[in-house]
Amino acid sequence: MLSPIILVPAVLNGLLTGAVYGLVALGLTLIYGVLHIINFAHGALLTAAMFAAFFAHRLLGLDPYLAALGLTPLFFALGYGLQRFVIGPAAHGEDRNILLVTLALAVVIENALLYVFGADTRTLNLAYAFDVVDVGVAFLALPRVIGFGVVLAVALVLWLILALTDTGKAIRAVAKEKLGAELSGIDVAHVYAVTFGLGTACLAIAACLLIPTYYVNPHIGNAFVLVAFTIVVLGGMGSVTGALIGGLFVGVVESLCGLYLGESLGQIGIFIMFILVLLLRPSGLFGERA
Amino acid sequence: MSEVLLAINGLAAGYGASEVLRDIDLEVGAGEIVAVLGSNGAGKSTLNRTISGVLRATRGSIRFAGHAIEREKPAKIVARGLIHVPEARCVFPNLTIEENLDLGSYRRGRAHRERNRARVFAIFPRLAERRAQRAGTLSGGEQQMLAIGRGLMAEPQLLILDEPSLGLSPRLVEELFALIQRINAAGVALLLVEQNVVQCLEVARRAYVLEGGTFVLHGNAADIRADPNLKRAYLGL
Repeated sequence: MLSPIILVPAVLNGLLTGAVYGLVALGLTLIYGVLHIINFAHGALLTAAMFAAFFAHRLLGLDPYLAALGLTPLFFALGYGLQRFVIGPAAHGEDRNILLVTLALAVVIENALLYVFGADTRTLNLAYAFDVVDVGVAFLALPRVIGFGVVLAVALVLWLILALTDTGKAIRAVAKEKLGAELSGIDVAHVYAVTFGLGTACLAIAACLLIPTYYVNPHIGNAFVLVAFTIVVLGGMGSVTGALIGGLFVGVVESLCGLYLGESLGQIGIFIMFILVLLLRPSGLFGERA
Repeated sequence: MSEVLLAINGLAAGYGASEVLRDIDLEVGAGEIVAVLGSNGAGKSTLNRTISGVLRATRGSIRFAGHAIEREKPAKIVARGLIHVPEARCVFPNLTIEENLDLGSYRRGRAHRERNRARVFAIFPRLAERRAQRAGTLSGGEQQMLAIGRGLMAEPQLLILDEPSLGLSPRLVEELFALIQRINAAGVALLLVEQNVVQCLEVARRAYVLEGGTFVLHGNAADIRADPNLKRAYLGL
């Protein structure tokens, strides 16, 4: 059972899946870290992005990886607009209102998708969906390998934006010291919207990476966001590094549990771990202690 | 008095239904140092927050450099050159000193940033030495210097300092008031909002005394300083 011939591919596959989990979690944790709210619309927005990627191929014949180039800025704009013109104004500066508004948004988006597309599960049949890469110790699905590479690149770009650009510095400043940021001339409403936009853009990329090997229906996003939430808690609320490493870790846990407990029980391990983290280290692996 | 930079008339402000400030009239001339004195809870911080746009005025007008600013957002007011250094300092603990300062120049062009930074480092050599250090690791006094430095990065015409001497050692308070005069000598007007009455009255030209949310006394700092009755009645000295 512990033979490396079985174990190594399971771990590698877990890392590949975990990277995309990490990307979904990255968006969630970024928004949490700056706006200090759990974005309940995250799952619904991921679903919307997956539908967008699906129909970009079905109707326009766009390959999902190509569609990502268009959908990423589009979802950035969507996220920016939602925060700036819907969530922000509707919240009237109260954090718990923001929470409720995102919850309402999730209900609206999911039901709109359900109304328009029905509850059917749809899949794309792409020529390369079942291509594999031989890495010596294992055969890995090509779309997942591509996904892994893209996630690392996105995380690096995001890190560079946060570390080096004026907007990135403003985002980090607002995250920790909102009043100080306002009094330094930073438009906090704009920074909130940019952050929400970045988080939503992460979802568009994740959707395009998932759609070649995954199916889409109006509730699909929730499954990912539940896992992503575990990752955010595991990695430390608001920690970008934590989200990525937590994602990889959760992917491996899920893969190994699937291997030893059976495919359908794979996710049990994630939630057992979630409870353990809450019990033993509530601030997460990379979170600051409260 | 020279040209009026800040003019507040009939101002009222508060939180929700409770009114903290009422009937506030205040003027600061270009290049002038004006003190607002008052004990804890008199409404000093509320006044600052209202001037800088963080809190909306419920009545009255605030004019800065000829513009009505009482309905403007804080970012816009900063861009006009009215900078409020808050009592809590509010430096960005997760950012380096240099990043903190650069964000002070957020509303100015990149070209200004270098020049402003050089000027701030000349005033605060200690900040220059620790430019790569995270602000959260600084001592209280150093954070105060950083907060003032960040305010100067915005090229202020008027700098509001809210309790800048709070929590500083007597030696640092001396340094601070020398620094205030140095900043003023460069043409920046200052509104000092302080509990530290004695030193404030020495550097300020005029002073207002705030009590229970309104001004109960207003006059030349020298006159107040020289009148023991006034000092006893209003400032508890």
